Amino acid sequence: MEYAIAVQDLTKHYGGVTAVDHVSFKVEEGEIFGFLGPNGAGKTTTIRILTCLIKPDGGKAFVAGYDVLKNPIEAKQRVGVVPEVSNAYVDLTAWENLILIGKLYGVSPKKLGENAASLLKEFGLYEVKDKLVRAFSKGMKQRLLLCMALVNDPDILFLDEPTSGLDVESARLLREKVTQYNREGKTVFLSTHNMEEANQLCHRIAIINHGRIAAIDKPENLRAQSMELQYIEVAFNKTVNVQDFSENPGIIKAASSGNKMRIYTSDPSAVIEFLVEYARKNNLRILSLNTMMPSLEDVFLKLVRGEVIQ
Amino acid sequence: MSRLIEQFKRSLAIAEKNIKIYYLKGPVIIFGLIFPLFLALAYIIGRNIPLKEVLPGLIGMTTFFTATSVGPSITPWETRSKTLERLLCCPVALWAIIVGDMLSSFLFGLIISIIPLALTLALGIQPLNFIMLLSGLIIANLCFAALSVLLSAYPPTDVPATSMMLSSLVKFPLVFISGVFIPVEQLPHWGIAIASISPLTYFTDMARQLFLNRGFYPLAVNFLAIIFFTIIFTFAAVKIHERTLTRRLS
Repeated sequence: MEYAIAVQDLTKHYGGVTAVDHVSFKVEEGEIFGFLGPNGAGKTTTIRILTCLIKPDGGKAFVAGYDVLKNPIEAKQRVGVVPEVSNAYVDLTAWENLILIGKLYGVSPKKLGENAASLLKEFGLYEVKDKLVRAFSKGMKQRLLLCMALVNDPDILFLDEPTSGLDVESARLLREKVTQYNREGKTVFLSTHNMEEANQLCHRIAIINHGRIAAIDKPENLRAQSMELQYIEVAFNKTVNVQDFSENPGIIKAASSGNKMRIYTSDPSAVIEFLVEYARKNNLRILSLNTMMPSLEDVFLKLVRGEVIQ
Repeated sequence: MSRLIEQFKRSLAIAEKNIKIYYLKGPVIIFGLIFPLFLALAYIIGRNIPLKEVLPGLIGMTTFFTATSVGPSITPWETRSKTLERLLCCPVALWAIIVGDMLSSFLFGLIISIIPLALTLALGIQPLNFIMLLSGLIIANLCFAALSVLLSAYPPTDVPATSMMLSSLVKFPLVFISGVFIPVEQLPHWGIAIASISPLTYFTDMARQLFLNRGFYPLAVNFLAIIFFTIIFTFAAVKIHERTLTRRLS
């Protein structure tokens, strides 16, 4: 198997709206691949096609080497899915949910019992395994969903907003587990709104907007491609006039906030020299000076909204 | 073949899940137990007819209502709770999910419809051929279970009450045209023609043959007709569910 997931010209229309528009990308085995985009960008539709829930109108998609249109059962056999909305059976216990999913994956009874017990222990749910899921908190339900996605020991994990709305502790546990399972060799396809999460976890990120891929790269490369978004944050001992900075040719934009200035530039070293000279001439002291790389959120907003520093 | 068997095992897992979740749901109890019980009482009490005479219609009606009570509610319920999406994410073919729903509906109908049959035997009323009656009861339950799953296919609603209400709109007229209250042989020609489109007609007629030794159709025709309807209902349920799936998931 060359790629865990390979998508080529994937297209899906709903009525007159194109939800996914000729999307192409490849996810390597053992990779954590982030899928970012605003609401309605086509993330969930893409995941639904890859998990064989809906059929595309055009293009091809291969999961674990299987064509999702021609061999959906084989493709699904190799994946585990944590959907955006909790969909464990609330009228069943945690144990019954796991056993049901295991049976649907054809896991042998002995292995299923071992896997279910071990996962429930690992995710801190073993003590409540005989309680109805109806009584579970959101964090417990989300942990159970991850157990259900892992009970068949899949090669590929699809996670759709797995930490959305979770408390800090549960979100951290899930992120740790995702990293751990990835280290053990599982490929992870992660859809998220959380930039920090994507930045921390993902080896590569695709940003999708209006159904089209706006960028695919490593998080650090995406940030490096948007160097005009880097800025210098400087604090003087006295309030200064913003106009003194805006006219400098190396400065794209300057904004003040209290005694701090945020100066956007594509040439930080020249601006630092200018700031030192400015302080000396005006008899100011520099209290702090930091060069800040653009955040993934800055890059995302630039790509999605076309926001540029003016 | 092994793939078919593997999928069928997954249907059994789905049926087991349905039994745990849906047998005790309010609409199932009302439409599958309470309603046929009171309809049966209304059918028997105050009529100056021997029990043996009303038995075929009674068993037909009970079997029909109980076997069609679980099916219509499962898919809307699962659509609403998003558990349908969970099932479809698993390596289970849509037909296997539908067969699982059919099996749970079938078992509910079979268990409940055995009760009037057992009471009949307890009262000393013997059918002419018990094995044939039991076989008829089994395939009739399967047929009605398939009908119930078909009734849940359209419209693709996520409101169980809507599905139950719409299925009742189909079920009640069927009871009246199927020789439950008036035997088929006593119906006018147009009545016989209408009765022939209902699977319940053939089961009621079969029960009449086996309890009273008089019926309209030969037993073989009754059996074949019920099997024919089962195949048609199952095929139609799979096809319509396939077509409406995208709307259910949106």
